[in-house]
Amino acid sequence: MDRFLKCRECLQTKKMKNVIEDILKMTATELVKDIKTGKLTARQVVEFYLRQIERCDREMGAFISILDDHARTDADKIDSRIAAGENPGPLSGLPIAIKDNMCTDFAPTTCASKILIDYRPPYNAHVVEQLQKAGAIVIGKTNLDEFAMGSSTENSGIKITRNPWAPDRVPGGSSGGSGVAVAARMAPVSLGSDTGGSIRLPAAFCGICGLKPTYGRVSRYGLVAYGSSLDQIGPFGCDARDIALVLNTIAGYDHRDSTSVPLEHAADFTAAMEKPIAGLKIGIVKEYHAQGGIDPEITQAIEQAIKVFEQSGAKIIDVDLPHTDYAVACYYLVATAEASSNLARYDGVHYGYRTPNPTDYIDVYSSSRAEGFGDEVKRRIMLGTYVLSAGYYDAYYLKALKVRTLIKQDFDKVFEKVDVICAPVAPTPAFKIGEKVNDPLTMYLSDIFTISANLAGIPALAIPCGFTNNNLPIGLQLLGKHFDEETLLRTAWDYQKKTDFHRQIPEMVK
Amino acid sequence: MSDIAYKVIIGLEIHIQLATESKMFCSCPNHFGDPPNSNVCPVCMGSPGVLPVMNKKAYEYAVRTALALNCQIAKFTKWDRKSYYYPDLPKNYQISQYDLPLSYDGLLEISVNGEHKQIRIRRVHLEEDAGKLLHEGNVGFSQVDLNRTGAPLMEIVTEPDLSSAEEARVFGAELRALVRTLGVSEANMQEGHMRLEPNINLAIQKDGKEYRTPITEVKNLGSLRALERAISYEINRQIADWQQTGITLETGTKSTRGWDDNQGVTVLQREKEEAHDYRYFPDPDLVPVVVEQLWVDEIKKNLPELPMIRRVRFRKDFGFNEKDAATLVEDRETADLFENALTLGTPVKTLCNHFIGFWSMHANQRNITIAQLGISAQRIAMLAKMVGEGKINPTAAAVIAEKMLVCTDDPQVIAEREKLIQVSDVSALETIIDEVLAANPKAMEDARTPGKKQQKSVGFLLGQVMQKSRGQANPQVVSEILGRKIGN
Repeated sequence: MDRFLKCRECLQTKKMKNVIEDILKMTATELVKDIKTGKLTARQVVEFYLRQIERCDREMGAFISILDDHARTDADKIDSRIAAGENPGPLSGLPIAIKDNMCTDFAPTTCASKILIDYRPPYNAHVVEQLQKAGAIVIGKTNLDEFAMGSSTENSGIKITRNPWAPDRVPGGSSGGSGVAVAARMAPVSLGSDTGGSIRLPAAFCGICGLKPTYGRVSRYGLVAYGSSLDQIGPFGCDARDIALVLNTIAGYDHRDSTSVPLEHAADFTAAMEKPIAGLKIGIVKEYHAQGGIDPEITQAIEQAIKVFEQSGAKIIDVDLPHTDYAVACYYLVATAEASSNLARYDGVHYGYRTPNPTDYIDVYSSSRAEGFGDEVKRRIMLGTYVLSAGYYDAYYLKALKVRTLIKQDFDKVFEKVDVICAPVAPTPAFKIGEKVNDPLTMYLSDIFTISANLAGIPALAIPCGFTNNNLPIGLQLLGKHFDEETLLRTAWDYQKKTDFHRQIPEMVK
Repeated sequence: MSDIAYKVIIGLEIHIQLATESKMFCSCPNHFGDPPNSNVCPVCMGSPGVLPVMNKKAYEYAVRTALALNCQIAKFTKWDRKSYYYPDLPKNYQISQYDLPLSYDGLLEISVNGEHKQIRIRRVHLEEDAGKLLHEGNVGFSQVDLNRTGAPLMEIVTEPDLSSAEEARVFGAELRALVRTLGVSEANMQEGHMRLEPNINLAIQKDGKEYRTPITEVKNLGSLRALERAISYEINRQIADWQQTGITLETGTKSTRGWDDNQGVTVLQREKEEAHDYRYFPDPDLVPVVVEQLWVDEIKKNLPELPMIRRVRFRKDFGFNEKDAATLVEDRETADLFENALTLGTPVKTLCNHFIGFWSMHANQRNITIAQLGISAQRIAMLAKMVGEGKINPTAAAVIAEKMLVCTDDPQVIAEREKLIQVSDVSALETIIDEVLAANPKAMEDARTPGKKQQKSVGFLLGQVMQKSRGQANPQVVSEILGRKIGN
């Protein structure tokens, strides 16, 4: 009760009201600076975002768990450390929302699935540990397509999430909750995971930035696996600097993830991004634009962005990715094969949902899974099981691996000629809720431009580059060489210094 | 049955638990006998979001074994997921090696009744073990203990080169000795460290034609005796089955059978039609293993003397018979202990007798190896030397050995405390002997008279002297004096 009064008190003072106006427009980089210098307290910042969540999230549905007590306790700890003259780290007092497929021992981790609805992990994901060590405050766990399988967050087993730019539209997926949390300023930054576009699509649909780092850049330890060879954790933020800020903390080798890559030098992405991009070679993929079905407003916005790059001195070069047509098919074989195996453990035996009245032990498995998983998850488990079955393995899985190699080689060749590839994130802006739910194949095509980066393991960054006539954000995608996130962030930051699409805030959340 | 000519064809699959500190893919202790679910972590419990990390030591142990089995070591291997649903397997897949085992094409020589035979090894690979289900009481549910989940398990597969139950047993024993010598497994069969699965069928000759019976696999045999019995049972069962049904390899199906040790029978578990589709595919959470030749060379260089070779040396140099040599060499520490004691200037013969005699008896009683009795080479050597020097007699040595197990005193100290030091002093012994002769005139008379009773009476008098000296008299010296006094 005391705490509640104190909180109301601190938000109601006149001085605080001005502060609130400011926080809404502040980037994470600015917030951390003000907290560290004592201009703001971590507690004030946390209270602001908790209030914003309270105001907006009933309609938006971005959060599965709101960790108000946890966040306040952590904020007070940070504040007392700062008061004692300590430096709590590069993310001191920065609230962050985390997609609910990353394990936290202080909050349930549901993957938006009924099968894990009350599941409380016994440990923290590597990224959560890193964030907490850096002084960040986990403010909530966000909604997603169940087990990250989907492109609209409509496959959540818990609720749908709405796009703050148009509440009758989807936020994209699967990290829809994390995208909306930042777009609606319910958190300054957030984490998502990207298996086929699950960070970049929500970033594009919600008008913010989202990075899928190089496979191996960020440890997957504690990320609930969907497609293990494709999954990668990455940040959402308002601008490229905020992405760099969070990436600095979560990137790096972790001995618990054999696929995380030990690099000699820890990268400082923030320091690297001020360099100008004059002379940079940017590739435009012919195949992407030959593909029918790109919304003309998107094509136009991308062309405008290319002009901005050119004005900065970048050279634009046409490039070929000849195996683009096979990417979606290849992805749905590899990802579902891995998913069918990764999701075998949700069986009602050891943890999670168990059918209430099983007839025998086989029924514990079949009924728990039948009742616990949603349709899309079942669809992918069945497809993946089929793909790996005796007699089909060679024709599907093995063939897909070969195609995957060809797609990687496509990129290797292109990156001999250019530094960055520029492409749309998606062929359309955010679509209406319910529009594609009954047509999974059309839904899968939302990821047509994002999937290749996962298959090739390369980094890809989505940034806002315009709005449609009915005020829906448009996303631009920058794809880079393995472990060259620096160039992506530098290119984006150069663009953002010359544009203000990333500073737009949806009317309804102001 | 005796009128049928047939050949037995057996291949073995052997699972051996490796004695590493930690599990195969996490850092939990690889230790058993602790309370259920105490050696577990999110990784081996298969919690959402966890990732496996390969235990390099386990890989090294497997390579060491493979080299001792004369296998080729693969330069590049990977890990695969083998999928099946069972409550003791928390991920519902087992990490194993499917098409690229870490080693292949080896040989192990066995010796059966003096005949040497080479058994080809098809492959040696690594995988993780499953947990254990506990079905206790009629409570309507079972419990799962995950302590063993993720323990490193080495699978060795032979070619079907074994042709009798006995050969299979000998092969099992040879392999057990090998892994113990290599220090890669305790291979304690009672604790399930080594589990055997024979694939058996017969080539029956009749009327100039050959008929092959369907292959049966007997699962999970926990002792060499069970292996031998199960194979013998299967041979007879397959003959009877063939005689009754005429079903052959071509017309029948492969089946899996279990062994009922109490009834001494195998029981059908499942036919091939019901066999699993394990949906193997490369585990994307683990990176492929690239093996460097230098590392392999280093392991090869440091291989200990292998049991087959050491056994031959033990027989030749120390005069052990084949069985005793095999028993001693089976455990490397025990064989090392023997050789260490020997280097301390111990008489070979006495030391051999002690090892085959009371030391192995005490070890067997405790179901451990001689080395695990925990007696140092020094104390073992001292005891043997005391016998050699005539300070104690062999009977006293056995008594002292027993005491050595429960205290840390030197055998000399024990011998003195227990008054077991031999009296070889002639005048002291003469006094005792005179007393005995005086007390037993009849026996003395018989001992002097050649005939039936003579030998017995000498023995009787000797016994009386030993008794009177409370076992301390040196029997050799006593019989000399006794002989002189009786006048023989």
